Amino acid sequence: MFTWMIRRLIQACFVVLAMTVIVFIGVHVIGNPVDILISPEADQAERARIITEMGFDRPLWEQYFIFVKDALQGNLGRSFVFNEPALKLIAGRMPATLELAVTAVLFSICFGVPLGLYAGLKPDSPVSRTIMAGSILGFSLPTFWVGLMLIMVFAVQLGWLPSTGRGETAELFGIQWSFLTWDGLRHMFMPALNLSLFNISLVLRLTRAGVRETLPMDYIKFARAKGLSPKRVIFVHVLKNIMIPVVTVVGLELGSTIAFAVVTESVFAWPGMGKLIIDSINVLDRPVIVAYLMMIVLLFITINLIVDILYTVLDPRVRLETKA
Amino acid sequence: MPGRFGSFLRVGTVLASVAASGTAWAQDLAIASSAPVTSIDPHYHTLGPNASAHVHLYDRLLERDASGKLGPRLAVSWKLIDDLTWEFKLRPAKFHNGATLSAEDVAYSIARVPKVKNSPASFQIYTRAVVGHEIIDPLTIRLKTATPYPLLPIDLSQIFILPRSLGDEPATEDFNNGKNAIGTGPYRFVSYKPGDRIEMERNEDFWGTKPHWKKVNYRIISNDGARTASLLSGDVGIIEFVPPQDLPNLRKDPRVTISEVVSNRSIFLWYDHSRTGAMPFVTGPNGEALEKNPFKDRRVRLALSLAINRQGIVDRVMENSAVPTGQYLRPGAFTYVPDLKPHPYEPEKAKALLKEAGFPNGMRITIHGPNDRYVNDAKIIQAVAQMWQRIGVQTTVEALPWSNFIARSGKQEFSVFLLGWGVSSGEGLNPLRAQIATWNPQRGLGTANRGRYSNPAVDTLIDQAMATMDDGAREKLVQQAMRMAMEDVPVIQLHLQKNIWATRKGLTYEARVDEQTEAMGVQPAK
Repeated sequence: MFTWMIRRLIQACFVVLAMTVIVFIGVHVIGNPVDILISPEADQAERARIITEMGFDRPLWEQYFIFVKDALQGNLGRSFVFNEPALKLIAGRMPATLELAVTAVLFSICFGVPLGLYAGLKPDSPVSRTIMAGSILGFSLPTFWVGLMLIMVFAVQLGWLPSTGRGETAELFGIQWSFLTWDGLRHMFMPALNLSLFNISLVLRLTRAGVRETLPMDYIKFARAKGLSPKRVIFVHVLKNIMIPVVTVVGLELGSTIAFAVVTESVFAWPGMGKLIIDSINVLDRPVIVAYLMMIVLLFITINLIVDILYTVLDPRVRLETKA
Repeated sequence: MPGRFGSFLRVGTVLASVAASGTAWAQDLAIASSAPVTSIDPHYHTLGPNASAHVHLYDRLLERDASGKLGPRLAVSWKLIDDLTWEFKLRPAKFHNGATLSAEDVAYSIARVPKVKNSPASFQIYTRAVVGHEIIDPLTIRLKTATPYPLLPIDLSQIFILPRSLGDEPATEDFNNGKNAIGTGPYRFVSYKPGDRIEMERNEDFWGTKPHWKKVNYRIISNDGARTASLLSGDVGIIEFVPPQDLPNLRKDPRVTISEVVSNRSIFLWYDHSRTGAMPFVTGPNGEALEKNPFKDRRVRLALSLAINRQGIVDRVMENSAVPTGQYLRPGAFTYVPDLKPHPYEPEKAKALLKEAGFPNGMRITIHGPNDRYVNDAKIIQAVAQMWQRIGVQTTVEALPWSNFIARSGKQEFSVFLLGWGVSSGEGLNPLRAQIATWNPQRGLGTANRGRYSNPAVDTLIDQAMATMDDGAREKLVQQAMRMAMEDVPVIQLHLQKNIWATRKGLTYEARVDEQTEAMGVQPAK
């Protein structure tokens, strides 16, 4: 277990390093942040001053080594746009995205697993067919369109829910959360639902496929023959065995929901990290892009780690280490 | 079932109307702005959306009214003592921390501007002309310039005044957390959540007319659809930059009032004047390289301009959110040239001119432009391409993200490209010096002259105007220079954008030329 963890960590370092090199070269190829940030009325002297002050006059490799040197001391640089430390900016936006993504994933489990189970157990009932047809919509409708439709119906036509924004927040552990206030929850419902539609469909279909595959297995027949109650057969023997693919997918989807919630965040004007990263890419705010992507790489590595550990819990046959 | 759903609906409507009237009663206003405010520090970043938020908190010496006319703000009057000295008389006012405004604060603010650290777009360009000051009495300050500089009052209308009690080099971060966010403005700072909102409350000690709204929630909703929806659902009272595609419906919507004004932001196509020989994106009709730059010939430049149906673009592409133009400024602006009209749509004359210039079979051109910067930018160049096609110019279009486009256009990589220019000063010397004057890094001229156009006769007139302190005489020189430049067709002027706001019914907004969205301008209808 221990050597396995070490190996994972070394891999992670290399991924982070490779990613920073790619971002540096990528941003350099696209353009120069000075061109975008500078006042259009600035004269050539002012432009030269900014280029020197921000260090763009140095060769790219030198800029990169300065970055690595600072990063090793825990300083990922200041945003060119906001003049605040990149990590502080990201950390300020993170709670909004985290609570949205976690709610969305909870939605996908709470709706996806039961609906999938039902559709798998009674594949021919009209309800199951409706569920499956609905899941196709969940897959194929573009997020931004569904988001705008939700706003049109629930905020503009019916006036039940607020259209955009984060609403009131309350403090917990020194961080502002909106799930602690009624107003915050009202603001969160639509974006979370919008974000989870795809995942609900995914989890639903995985669960159904798993159930359909597991039901004819010998051990299920045996369990039934033993006279176990249908409830125990379904929830212990079937559900536990189909959980491995579901946990994998939910884990990875949690990662990508956190990292790439940008469409939902911009449609609902949700002040999360996704909007920050898109805005930063548009103005080539390199410190924020690098810091954000580093964080996302670490996030995915951590999630994979947790998923791997969950495997061993769910299936005792899985070992994380092969004996040397 | 339908009955139950119906009652749900009714409860919903009642709740919504209670909520709406509740907001009106409490005198709260929510504003939806379209772009992020990058800082609360008013000297950090010369950026439109920042200024739009800052006018609530801070004041400048002079201000622009809704129509763009310069007028008094913290300075009640200003006058020229001699060609190198300006005198400003201040009004009595109090900062949010209780300190009294004095001439020292003006000197402090001007001195702070170049000292702001890591500014990506410094306000130095507006304070550089000031080389010294003299404080006559607590409410009178004289500012000195090295050379005669008629634009000083206009430049200073960009600089917000801070109290000197903030001390040496106050940090930008301390403005964002509210510690230093102290001005003389009609609103006080409450909180700032980057990318989300700024909350403000009315300054009850404000020196001028107090605004109607007690609390202002200045929200950032950059997605066009979401901004419109937040207005229709009543979450906000006013939205700025109404997306053109929603405009026809909103005009008909009984819940909404539209206010609009023609802006000083013109959209135009640059020709590349920098090359004399072969062009990267212009070739002969069969794709053969040209020996010399065809845009050095005025007949070609004029022909391509006459081939464009500006009214068509305004009607169809812009949904009437623009007006055709032949110059940088809006009608009525200081130094606007009344008889300089937009070029008419004359495709036959265009064809004849091209033939006369030696292109009877037309040519091949690629137009470049941004696709995420100006209203409908990519659609505009597509429309232009189709119009040029009709006079036999085979045109292709390449739209790029702004981050990539702006860097490449600055290196003269394109042959014909779309750009816009907002005249922040509201008068003609600004576009003449930045766009039309010959590129000259030593003198800071032609800074935005991305086509590298050069016309010595116009340059001379610009220099003369810059040294003319009398407004009337200067206006004549500027008009003369602008006419001479535009008649030479260095760029193809297309249209002036309109600034458009939409408010909930029952509210009105005085549409502003400078694109700013101010809670002070939002009034309940009488």
